[in-house]
Amino acid sequence: MNEVAPHTLNPKIGRAPGWQGIVADWSSDQRAFKNVSWGKAMMWIFLLSDTFIFGTFLISYMTVRMSTTVPWPNPSEVFALEIAGHHLPLILIAIMTFVLISSSGTMAMAVNFGYRRDRRKTAILMLLTAVLGATFVGMQAFEWTKLISEGVRPWGNPWGAEQFGSSFFMITGFHGTHVTIGVIFLIIVARKVWRGDFDDGRRGFFTSRKGHYEIVEITGLYWHFVDLVWVFIFALFYLW
Amino acid sequence: MAQPTAHTDAQQHPIRLYLVVWCWLFVLSLCSYLVDFFHVAGYLRWSLILIFMALKAGLIVAVFMHMAWERLALSYAILVPPLVLLVFVGIMVFESEYTLFTRVAYFVAGS
Repeated sequence: MNEVAPHTLNPKIGRAPGWQGIVADWSSDQRAFKNVSWGKAMMWIFLLSDTFIFGTFLISYMTVRMSTTVPWPNPSEVFALEIAGHHLPLILIAIMTFVLISSSGTMAMAVNFGYRRDRRKTAILMLLTAVLGATFVGMQAFEWTKLISEGVRPWGNPWGAEQFGSSFFMITGFHGTHVTIGVIFLIIVARKVWRGDFDDGRRGFFTSRKGHYEIVEITGLYWHFVDLVWVFIFALFYLW
Repeated sequence: MAQPTAHTDAQQHPIRLYLVVWCWLFVLSLCSYLVDFFHVAGYLRWSLILIFMALKAGLIVAVFMHMAWERLALSYAILVPPLVLLVFVGIMVFESEYTLFTRVAYFVAGS
């Protein structure tokens, strides 16, 4: 199969500053994103579309919360836990936030070591990211179990506005699905890195093309996006 | 494959940078948790939440996702379209206020 070089034609293509550069890139022949590979550009465009999905979820949550005449349940109390006799508001969500941010940190470093061709460190950091991601999903499962046992349903809950349950399950469910897919994605790429696929040019099982270390950065983009979405959910759903 | 050298100059930053950003994300998350912990309320609460959220999102996109070093043609193509969502938010604020008005005027009082 003909391999189209997926990378930079010439990374040093001159760039005019500011708006002139943008206009020059977009009005040029064939490709607008001059020094960005198709893989990275496509991941960014996918993430843009995902932004709109989560954006509409959060906007519909805002709409139901603003238009209900019944008081909204207080998330600070709904998600509180008793730990060692102390009543801590929102503690589980705070821990989940720290876990996910940590996983973003390890992912960023994995990308860095990937570009340094450090197979071992890249794979270990990616697997660590996957473990933290799986921990997050586990804690979310615990949270769902707790809320369901307390009587929260998409059509009602014991504390107030019925829309609370549907918003909660829709938004966190969709986000949790993204995290789960990200963990699977991370494990697959980490295995390839560990095996040295990107050094010896082994062809992929599905695409039968050679991979590159750039896939680590593309996986990282997806993972950071999942963290980014959580930042918005944490602020707008749990803290508001 | 002629690519190995083509990409080595891309996205090479010292590990220290990531650790510093990581620390900041921790601090900002802690701050937003403390907003809830100390029961800050009203406009102060909402503005603090939004400020911490925006700072965290900015750090993640700019440094972890390397947007700060991408060519502007890509940055603008990705970062400008989501701003349209703010228009959507505006539309739905009007819509939900109207829905709330009709509910208060025609359902709650009469029931």
